[in-house]
Amino acid sequence: MRTIYRTRDRALLRDAAAIAAAMIAVGASFGAITIAYGLPTWVPFLMSTVVFAGGAQFLAVGLIAAGNPLAAVFAGLLLNARHLPFGLAVSATVGTRPLARLVGSHLMTDEVVAFTLAEPDPARRRRVYWLIGVTLFTSWNLGSALGVLLGGATGDPNAFGLDAAFPAGLIALILPSLRDRRTRVAALAGVAVAVAVTPVLPAGLPVLCALIGLCTLIRPRTAKAAQVAKQTEVAKQTEVAKQAEAAKQAEAAKQAEASSATAVESC
Amino acid sequence: MLIAAIVALGVGTYAMRLSGVLLGDRLKLSPALQRLLPIAAATLLAALAGTAALMESSHFAGVARPVGVAVGGLLAWRRAPFVVVVVAAAAVAALLRLAGVP
Repeated sequence: MRTIYRTRDRALLRDAAAIAAAMIAVGASFGAITIAYGLPTWVPFLMSTVVFAGGAQFLAVGLIAAGNPLAAVFAGLLLNARHLPFGLAVSATVGTRPLARLVGSHLMTDEVVAFTLAEPDPARRRRVYWLIGVTLFTSWNLGSALGVLLGGATGDPNAFGLDAAFPAGLIALILPSLRDRRTRVAALAGVAVAVAVTPVLPAGLPVLCALIGLCTLIRPRTAKAAQVAKQTEVAKQTEVAKQAEAAKQAEAAKQAEASSATAVESC
Repeated sequence: MLIAAIVALGVGTYAMRLSGVLLGDRLKLSPALQRLLPIAAATLLAALAGTAALMESSHFAGVARPVGVAVGGLLAWRRAPFVVVVVAAAAVAALLRLAGVP
């Protein structure tokens, strides 16, 4: 058992290292972009520690640099609204002590939630949540600092294909959940809705609109319920038939017994 | 103003993170609703991955990124290790861009 845990831990650390490397690179580009926008040096440091949400940080510095800090706050909050349902989903995982919940909540990101839900063993989920959370917080802040130091030398993260790495990583993490048919149908419907409304809605809302995909759960459940009801009905009928059969056999046996008794009597 | 905006964004984001965690505990959710939560989270993550793979702000993201993500997704489906998925997706997108594919 311990060996299995150790092997799984090693695999987890390897995965954590991969995502940490990507986070350092993207964090560096965040730091560099902030400085390139002409914002003070402390901005990326403060944002990466206090906000700790990559997408919202990129969006916010763009809007702040454009002279619209109020829009930055609202757009960033809208983009981060998904953390509320995420929090509901990982609530039991984060921890039971108040301090664990206060600190653990701040570590919540898309990747942490994805890693946590990908862990099939509930006993190991808390470990996964904290390990990935702390790793990502550290690497994201390290990256931001590197970006400030190196400036434009960090290069365009898209040139290294990092914009493809993050969605691919998320897909790898949610694939086990998608093996469940109901989850797969809901998720695919959600993706279709989100992609369709992306051109017309502000950032953050399309992903929330994906929850419409959960409506697909209504139909399969009814179908399943009907199937279950049918199976129960069939089982009942079989039971009735069996009972009737048993009764018939008992009857036949009785008759046979009676006839043999009669035969004995007549003898 | 700048510091206020950053702190407001940070506090608001933290409030949403924490309220989800606390509400999940306080609300006595029905078993059916509790089964729904991981499905909802998976749907949100799938939508994040889907929009990030296909869209750049309000436009289509071009060819290199979706192809890179697709290669990564295929490898993930064939149960390749996480590291391989992430590196392959990045490498394919980067090489396509190097070759001049948008």
